[in-house]
This record gives sequence, structure tokens and C-alpha cells, in this order.
Amino acid sequence: MAEGSLITDELRKLIGVSSGPIVSKVEEGAIQRYAEAVGDPNPLYNDPDFASKSKYGRLLAPPGFTGWPIKAGRPTERLFESLAKAGAPPRGLDGGIEFEFIEPVGAGDVLTATTKIANIIERETRLGKTMFTTVEATFVNQKGNVALKSRSTLIQF
Amino acid sequence: MAKQICYEDIEVGTEITPLAKIATTRMLVQWAGASGDFNPLHYDDDFAKAMAVGAPIVHGALKRAWLVQLMTDWIGEQGELKRLSCQYRGMDYPRRMKTREEPHDGETWWCKGKVTKKYEEGSEHLVECEIWVENGKGEGTTPGSALVALPTRSGK
Repeated sequence: MAEGSLITDELRKLIGVSSGPIVSKVEEGAIQRYAEAVGDPNPLYNDPDFASKSKYGRLLAPPGFTGWPIKAGRPTERLFESLAKAGAPPRGLDGGIEFEFIEPVGAGDVLTATTKIANIIERETRLGKTMFTTVEATFVNQKGNVALKSRSTLIQF
Repeated sequence: MAKQICYEDIEVGTEITPLAKIATTRMLVQWAGASGDFNPLHYDDDFAKAMAVGAPIVHGALKRAWLVQLMTDWIGEQGELKRLSCQYRGMDYPRRMKTREEPHDGETWWCKGKVTKKYEEGSEHLVECEIWVENGKGEGTTPGSALVALPTRSGK
């Protein structure tokens, strides 16, 4: 471990570590509540009758919605707990996300998520010594196809 | 619904129809419940101060969801959002509530974007866009990019 580095040996060991799989069902009501919270009136996300006549054949989830995550089912929850146990700095902010949308997600779909800590780096920022953790997630649907992938960045300082 | 936009309709520099949003404390509670993100950073004043952001901030993921709406509204039912990314660079602070439903006067956020590239790949007609969320002062707090596939007029 470098002098004064935020990245402890314990943290370094987490790089490449996967968690999951976590299975969650995408429920119609959860999609509607999510669309309402975004303020998105698109009938594909709100009106099951309209959506069932669309090419999607069922209520569609807004891209990025992967089912209502109870605590145990939030893919990144355990990773963040393991980061904290390994000595990550206490203050955390969401840094951003990249999504790749491969297949539509809709009501009734069952998504199996696996997540992995892809990388941990540190940089000096206006927050002081800052640690950036990249977390990759892959969501596979009930047909066995990858529906979406994400890469998010957690900022800790 | 708006008329379906097609690949032939856009050029590099074409502006994406902007989308206005007003973040409120009420909305953040609703988002927490709908997204499952119960981080007190977004509703607890003391906790937000301890996290060095001053006051509860708008969830980055909510701003990301606004940008998704910006894109899906624009590309219409026949368009396909293939990629979207954004970075939560600047803090945004929600309007406080005046009544149960109405926020106080204050900031309005705008989701905006423009086309940076268009090209064909295989049978797909792809369009790259620069997108961002702008605060009430006109500052971009959430820059990002998106890749979409659009239908064509000819249907080919």
C-alpha cells in the first residue's frame, strides 16, 4: 500500500470480485410508480392496455428500470457494504453511470443481475483524496439474453 | 403523441426537444420509494451537511432518468435507445414545498441535447447525441451522451 493511499490492501483485493446473482421480477405496479416518480407520462410505461397492443406486448419499463429493488435485491448494496468493511472512506457520492440497452425490459420479466467491482483508483480532487470505484452490472432476462449492462462510478472521500 | 422523427429529419447540430423539470423535496421522496434508493443524503439536512454537500441534493439517478425521458420522448415509439451515459458533476438542490402539492418559486431544470454524429451501421441508422441537465442558472450539472437508432422514411 502506497504511503497515505486510500486504497488499502483489503480494498485492492475486491477488484474483480463479483456478487450475485440476484433475481428480481419486474412488476407492472413498480414500473408505473417509477414512471410517475420520473414524471414520465409515456403510455408505454403507464397504460397496460396501450402497451399490450404495442410491439412490446406488455407494459414496458423505462430504460434503466430493472425492477423494484428491496434491500437484499439491490445489486450494488452488498458491494458497498464490502467496500466499507475493507476501509473505504466514509463519505460517498454517486459519480455517474453508463448504460447499454440490449433488449427491452417489461412487466413480467425476470432479471438476474450480477455485479463486479471492475476497478478502484484514487485521485486528488477538490474533495481532497478521492477514491473512484467502477462497478459493472449485467442483467440477464428469463430468455437467457443479456437485457442491459451498466457501469457506474462511486466517489468516496 | 408527437410525430415520429426519422433518420432523414436530423443533421449534426439538430437540437433535441428540451424537457423541463422541477425537482422538489416531495419528488425526491417519491423517487426514493420508486427507485429503492433510501440514502439519507437526499432527505436529511444534517446527514447531507456531514457528507459535505450542504443540504439534501437531487439524486443523480433521477437526473439520469430525466435524460432517458428526454431521449425516449424525442425518438418516439419507433426509435430505440441503445446507450446512455451521464456524470453527476454539479449538485442540484430541490425546491422546498409551499403546500402539499405546490413547490415554492425557484429553479427550473432543463434537459437538453444535440446531435453530434449520424451514421449507418449494418441495417441500423444510428445517431449520437450530447445531452445534459441544466440548472436554473443555465449551468450544465449533468453532462452525458446517448446513442439511438431511428427509423427511416423509406423504411429501409
